[in-house]
Amino acid sequence: MDFTQTHFELFGLPQSYALNRDMLDSAYRELQNTVHPDRFASQPEAEQRVAMQWATQVNEAYQTLRHPVNRGVYLLKLQGIDALDANNTKMAPAFLMQQMEWREAIDDARAGKSMDTLDALSDDLHAAHRRIEAQLAELIDAAHDYAGASEAVRQLRFMDKLIAEVGDVYEELES
Amino acid sequence: MALLQISEPGMSTAPHQHRLAVGIDLGTTNSLVATVRSGLSVVLDDEAGHSLLPSVVRYHADCGVDVGYAALSAQNLDPHNTIVSVKRFMGRGLADIEDIASLPYRFVDAPGMVQLRTVAGVKSPVEVSAEILKVLRQRAEAALGGELLGAVITVPAYFDDAQRQATKDAAQLAGLNVLRLLNEPTAAAIAYGLDNASEGVYAVYDLGGGTFDISILKLSKGVFEVLSTNGDSALGGDDFDQRVFCWMLEQGRFSPLSAGDARLLLTKARDAKEALTEHTEVRVTAVLSTGEMMDATLTQAEFNAMTASLVSKTLTPTRKALRDAGLTASEVKGVVMVGGSTRTPCVRQAVADFFKQTPLTNLDPDKVVALGAAMQADVLAGNRAGDDWLLLDVIPLSLGLETMGGLTEKVIPRNTTIPTARAQDFTTFKDGQTAMSVHVLQGERELASDCRSLARFELRGIPPMVAGAARIRVTFQVDADGLLSVSAREQSSGVEASVQVKPSYGLGDEEITRMLKDAFTHAKDDMYARALNEQIVDAQGLIAATRAAMAEDSALLNETETAAIETGIAALEKLMAGPDHQAIKRGIEALNAATTEFAQRRMDRNVRRAMAGQKLETFG
Repeated sequence: MDFTQTHFELFGLPQSYALNRDMLDSAYRELQNTVHPDRFASQPEAEQRVAMQWATQVNEAYQTLRHPVNRGVYLLKLQGIDALDANNTKMAPAFLMQQMEWREAIDDARAGKSMDTLDALSDDLHAAHRRIEAQLAELIDAAHDYAGASEAVRQLRFMDKLIAEVGDVYEELES
Repeated sequence: MALLQISEPGMSTAPHQHRLAVGIDLGTTNSLVATVRSGLSVVLDDEAGHSLLPSVVRYHADCGVDVGYAALSAQNLDPHNTIVSVKRFMGRGLADIEDIASLPYRFVDAPGMVQLRTVAGVKSPVEVSAEILKVLRQRAEAALGGELLGAVITVPAYFDDAQRQATKDAAQLAGLNVLRLLNEPTAAAIAYGLDNASEGVYAVYDLGGGTFDISILKLSKGVFEVLSTNGDSALGGDDFDQRVFCWMLEQGRFSPLSAGDARLLLTKARDAKEALTEHTEVRVTAVLSTGEMMDATLTQAEFNAMTASLVSKTLTPTRKALRDAGLTASEVKGVVMVGGSTRTPCVRQAVADFFKQTPLTNLDPDKVVALGAAMQADVLAGNRAGDDWLLLDVIPLSLGLETMGGLTEKVIPRNTTIPTARAQDFTTFKDGQTAMSVHVLQGERELASDCRSLARFELRGIPPMVAGAARIRVTFQVDADGLLSVSAREQSSGVEASVQVKPSYGLGDEEITRMLKDAFTHAKDDMYARALNEQIVDAQGLIAATRAAMAEDSALLNETETAAIETGIAALEKLMAGPDHQAIKRGIEALNAATTEFAQRRMDRNVRRAMAGQKLETFG
């Protein structure tokens, strides 16, 4: 296994935030087809061990590239930047204001036990998520603005947390 | 995908001969064994023509054991020594078992897993399960006419690490080589998906005797990718029986029940439930050992009302699984029903209403898991060539560590595709600290005390440093069986201390050895001869595989390396002629070590080839 290879190289993909999901999925399937431990279940132990290491690595690479936040963090890391550095918490005031509004909306939906409000909120959050993803692609791939990209990654992380909270409220209301 | 390809008798899949492999569904209520014969997956029957083996074990004072129908018919007669639904106790402590008061067993609280006191001594659920597996192994060996290469054993998808480990231990104790632990809904998906050449997103709703699983899978070009799974490992048909049982108690107003009468009523409750799948009402009668009687009519409407909360309890995990997969019910192309309890009409109706479509029931819900497991066993044994499918499964529950303040820190989130590994770095918080304790947890809750404790261990020998200087990396590795191993290592000083743990709910190697010894003293097998034979078979397999690899890929080795492997083979062959199974085992390990680099090169080359083909396909 060549550990100097990037996840993009592993899947034969260009190193960019914009992602051809079909190509990633198809390369992932092809690789797992080759290295998965199920292919070596009746082989000697050495081959089984190598297969587990490879399959683990392929899964890790796939999860990193597939996930919008992880892919951003990973691309910035390849540029030597730690987007999630605890000392770097810069965030546009407008985004923070929006955050607070969303949080209040979640609380309202919880208090009002309203599935419709929750559905609408969930749609809003997902739309905002997609907008930030598009910005991130622009910042990394075209503008090479890595400081701006780091902030966008942190915003995406916030969005993921909000979306998870909405999921929790769904669970509360359903049970 | 060409499936169910029929091979002519006598036309073995060259270059290997057909290897005997089976799939085993170790169920709460019934167990089954299936195999692929002439390209078709079939359930193997016993001599009397039964496919189902009731998962019931009766212990006798003379150490004799009845398994299956013989034990089932004795359950009212001898309730303390006749264990039913033992699967519910696998990997579980006494505190985990909710309805302990209504069960006739004499439980013994033991560290890790609860045990049962019987007339033949104290038995762990692992030993009881092994009795069931032994009968299935013998059934398969008799039907197939030879020793098994191995078995795929199914487990509920929502089983945690402790329950999985317990199942694997039981198989080992029954003398089975476990090719893979396979999630029950995934096994069912194989049987269904391949039969129907399906593509798209499917939900598998699996309500068994004691467990409930829901899995969401994406089927695409021969790959079964589990997107999410959820469930309840203590919810099943037994709970429906329990509701009817409570109704019977209300009707009968009996004096306190003996264990035998309680069993009798539970059996009647199950019969009533089963009758209601075909009829709108059923007459329930019983005569107890005290002479007390009941005679009442239960309607399907009453039954539906008393079990409605159980049915809705299955829909909460179903919603969670869909949400985790990022899908809505309308995006699911088909819903596969698995498990005997999905015969209950109100369950089918609830699932149909939820997904707004008629669920698929064309395969026998009792057999579909075993059939799928057999197909996977056939693949893992290497009996198929080229057109194999691939399973990508997930862990059902997050894995993590306890951190300061009794909180859980997730290391691997639920629904992560396996195999997987994650590392987390920790440091010391006191000057000169030389030890650190690691507490491994499984579950979704924030408080460590609300999650299942899988293991605790201490990393010792950390060189004394100022607080915060040590770098301790804790690595979680989950293998393709969904089993976890954890290691910890101090890295900053170059001094290494590392430890591998087995979850505390699993059995230690010594305990397995003890049980194996116990088992063999009651059998005619000579343990030593068996161990020797097993090692020789393993060694032969390894040498054959190594020779085949060398013949195929001699270009990947230089002369020195070839010579080193040849030396390893020669050394092992010499040991095989001797009587020492331990020495053969060491020889196998040595040859494995000598071929690791070769195995890596072969894999690297295979990956390059696969990706070259991939590029042509995508860009061409």
